[in-house]
Amino acid sequence: MESVLGRYRNLTILVGVLFLQILGLAVQVKRSGDAENTRLIRIWAVGTITPFERGLVWAHNGSRNLWHNYFFLRGVRAENRELKAQIEQMHLEQVRLSEDAAQAHRLQQLLAFKEQYIAKTVAAQVIGSSGSDLSRSIYIDKGSNDGIAADMAVITAGGIVGKVLRVYPSTSLVLMINDQSSGVGAMLEKSRLQGVLHGTANGEVVLERVMSDEQVVPGEPVLSSGGDQIFPKGLPVGTVSNVSPGRELFLNIQVKPSADLSRLEEVLVVTQKRERQAVAENPVKVRAADILAQRLPSVPDKPADAGTVKSANGAASTSVQGSNGGAKPQTGAVPKPPTENAIGAAAKLSPAAPAASNAGAADATHKLTGVAPVATGETSKKVLAKTPSDSATSGNSRSATQTNASVGTASSGTKPLSASSSVASTGKSSAPQSKPVTQPLSQPPAADDNPH
Amino acid sequence: MPITYTSGEQIEVYRFSIPVTVGVPLLALFLQAFVPRRFPFFSIFDLPLLVTIFFAMARRNPISGLFTGAAIGLVQDMLGAYPIGIYGIAKTVVGYLASSLGAKLDVENAGARLLVTLGFYLVHAAVYFTVARGMVSLTLDWSWVRGIVAGLANGFLGVGLYFLLDKFKQRT
Repeated sequence: MESVLGRYRNLTILVGVLFLQILGLAVQVKRSGDAENTRLIRIWAVGTITPFERGLVWAHNGSRNLWHNYFFLRGVRAENRELKAQIEQMHLEQVRLSEDAAQAHRLQQLLAFKEQYIAKTVAAQVIGSSGSDLSRSIYIDKGSNDGIAADMAVITAGGIVGKVLRVYPSTSLVLMINDQSSGVGAMLEKSRLQGVLHGTANGEVVLERVMSDEQVVPGEPVLSSGGDQIFPKGLPVGTVSNVSPGRELFLNIQVKPSADLSRLEEVLVVTQKRERQAVAENPVKVRAADILAQRLPSVPDKPADAGTVKSANGAASTSVQGSNGGAKPQTGAVPKPPTENAIGAAAKLSPAAPAASNAGAADATHKLTGVAPVATGETSKKVLAKTPSDSATSGNSRSATQTNASVGTASSGTKPLSASSSVASTGKSSAPQSKPVTQPLSQPPAADDNPH
Repeated sequence: MPITYTSGEQIEVYRFSIPVTVGVPLLALFLQAFVPRRFPFFSIFDLPLLVTIFFAMARRNPISGLFTGAAIGLVQDMLGAYPIGIYGIAKTVVGYLASSLGAKLDVENAGARLLVTLGFYLVHAAVYFTVARGMVSLTLDWSWVRGIVAGLANGFLGVGLYFLLDKFKQRT
């Protein structure tokens, strides 16, 4: 026996080492909670590697920020202008969407639906990956110390990324949706067909379990269905890129993820989800006249310039006063009951809105093609704030103000967008939105100048 | 100069300093975990596998080779999402085979190294998939096209890497 072992010593050791590893694997598979069984040695390995990764990421980000924030600022002003225009467009979109959301909430309330929304997120930075094309996972720089737990959803503003698989004190391992062992409940936006999303050997993402007799067209958005109890329903997943017959009776639907999974830098971990009964918006009906009364400036207490405007028309006097005073913000205006003057002014002024393209307000009108009355108001007020003299001389301030007033009914959703609202406010569009639109835009125009 | 003789052919056996023995595999593991984050295409490479093959073939000792492979593979498993031992088993086998091959053949030229690396990449993938699907029940799919491309890519990278690592060789 000894001679046999001695003769095949190398082979014997190989078999022994393989046997031990297979035994270890079998124990992990049998207990299935391998995350706990192997936790300690994983912590050692991760703890050895991640500090270097953190250091490199920190150094890289530092040098990049130094370059981008101090030395390379060409085109920032132009970009700033574009972004501001984009924000205005998004304001308009928000108004429309908030109306839709309010309607949806009312319907959900009628049907006693429960809705799930993201209540809290933690931002994290990607510091490393599993480094293999056989397993697609990433390490983030937040762990149990930051409130992260296993099975939490990881998303970006673009779409879902994956779920937290293992948590260490200061880092976490995230299994991405393009890993072959991942599974996400997803559905097609238009047809509402549901399936299971997972990765392939090539790193692509496919939606399975959709019957082959269904009509699925490339380009259709894919959303999370909420069926996996990890991702809240309705988060963007991607778009259908290709449809082909799959195995058995199912379609093979390739999906292009919304989030750029290969170039992730920052992600959001959904640390808290809430489920609540759908609540409709405030059912109290607001009359357009009431809003108009709030929107139109109040009559000044003291007669500023007795000889300036002594018209019975409140709107006319308002516009002149506004131009003289440099577009005084109306945030302090006390809501007044609809007066005859206000209603009359609105009625008179509404048809005149298109005529605002004469002078100072031409810019405003130009930006607002396609609507958005609210933005019309905003933009025109911005114009007023920047060039009070122009408005005063030409009287365009009046038409600008009136435009705003005439559409004031839609302006309940013009709360300024907050930075975090893109993701964290999912399902919360019913928040009170009583802030007047003039507030953010009445700031000095120099705000868009870059300090550098 | 100590020389080992195998089948009448002169084949040199090399050894490495401790910093190189420990540092190079750790560096390979670190780069494998970090670089694909910046350059996603890098995930097609398997630096720990290349290091395993290099050390195993240079030392030409099967026991040393299989332990090197096992150690590197297990650490790689610890950093991944799957159960620990899949990479460990695959690299143990590769380490053993590479050192056994190295003891019989002189694979010092670039062409031989390219072919050997391609072959061991496929062996590694075969063992990995067998264990992953057979034992752990992972639903992994094998793509031949991707496998061959990745094997060739690793082969070319390996040729360059081996010439670089040759500088750390010390004759026994």
